[in-house]
Amino acid sequence: MLTKRIIPCLDIRDGRTVKGVNFENIRDAGDPVELALLYSRQGADELVFLDITATVEKRKTLVELVKRIAANINIPFTVGGGISTVEDVAILLQHGADKVSVNTAAFKNPALIADLSNRFGSQCVVLAIDTKKEADGEWYVYLNGGRTKTDTKTIDWARQAVALGAGEILLTSMNNDGTKAGFAVDITLLLSTALSVPVIASGGAGTMEHFKEIFLEGSADAALAASIFHYKEIGIPELKQYLSAQDISIRL
Amino acid sequence: MRFQQQKDCCKIIHSKNYYLFGVGMIAIIKYNAGNVQSVQYALHRIGATAVVTDDFDIIRKADKVIFPGVGHAQSAMQYLREKGLDQLLLSLQQPVLGICLGLQLMCKHSEEGNTDCLGIFDTDVKLFSSAELKVPQIGWNNIYGYKSVLFNGLSEQAFMYTVHSYYAALCNETVATTDYIVPFSAALQKDNFYAVQFHPEKSGTAGETILKNFIQIP
Repeated sequence: MLTKRIIPCLDIRDGRTVKGVNFENIRDAGDPVELALLYSRQGADELVFLDITATVEKRKTLVELVKRIAANINIPFTVGGGISTVEDVAILLQHGADKVSVNTAAFKNPALIADLSNRFGSQCVVLAIDTKKEADGEWYVYLNGGRTKTDTKTIDWARQAVALGAGEILLTSMNNDGTKAGFAVDITLLLSTALSVPVIASGGAGTMEHFKEIFLEGSADAALAASIFHYKEIGIPELKQYLSAQDISIRL
Repeated sequence: MRFQQQKDCCKIIHSKNYYLFGVGMIAIIKYNAGNVQSVQYALHRIGATAVVTDDFDIIRKADKVIFPGVGHAQSAMQYLREKGLDQLLLSLQQPVLGICLGLQLMCKHSEEGNTDCLGIFDTDVKLFSSAELKVPQIGWNNIYGYKSVLFNGLSEQAFMYTVHSYYAALCNETVATTDYIVPFSAALQKDNFYAVQFHPEKSGTAGETILKNFIQIP
């Protein structure tokens, strides 16, 4: 039986793992490859690396990091952050990344999704969406790491992206991110039931019950979290034991 | 230099003369599909080295051949035929391991692009069809019904990482099964030809056990 995936996310800046609260107040959380190794040994099902480095050296440091990760860990990993061209993706995949995630660049140029999917296959194209629920009760797409609002509803963009060839959706709720108050169940359920591809829920994990909730009530295919794993608030082995005991299909 | 290269797990050994330096040479077939880099890294992690090559001579002389692949069946088969790699693969006598698309191309026919494949295994490749479950299947699924040395020492119902929209139907050569929408061939074996639908190179220690078993086939 196909299992629900637990995915630790490592936000990378200048080669270090960092994590912000509500997309701000960035704190240092350790060496990414060391953490990646620890998580893979603890039973993480996949890893996501989001590079938030803003310098011109970015690509070079990211490629070096991807090589080190690919050489050292034995589970799949996704790399994202500022990816805007087919050439960026070719280099990352060549050096061992299994998937890439695209966000702002894909929104501004949706043809990028089709180009990537045609050239590399949709299995390696993850569309990341940062979303926020507004006063009108609707979820909207935000760009540039949550700094720029758009007038596009998240469900509309997700549908379009899947039609273009996105193989998975990584959905981060800005309302929930960093709050440790639980994942955004309603928008996750909406996307998961409307789309033919897996949805990875992100933002808000604080307790093991939150994971149970997003799998059972939000129909998420995978759940992603960062700080609770980095700061050892929840261990991956006990989380997976807990979920399995709740009759959720989990790889132990 | 070559010894430094072997020590550094990040380095890729592209030497066409690698087979001169030791026994147990593994050739990973280079063609227009697949993430061969991951397979090579995985072999390095279990202490083996491999050469990524499309050189017929090296492939023929290799002790083991790995035929990986992520991509489209039609364009991959077309490429293999243009390069004559299809006939080379069919002629190999040493153990050959197909992975993912590699497995599918070793079957008779694939619905992906209505493609005639190599015909090593007596089964066809079909598209998953379901109103409820998502396609492609992405993630970890368990395999069972082991009937091959590939699974020696592996725990029952081991989980493997898998990403695919097409599957090889069950047949007499099925040596492990997975259920997703329908039961299908997780692994196939006939004579010296072995193949797995999942990605052992990305399946943690369970996947490493399978790769070790393959490279230790006498």
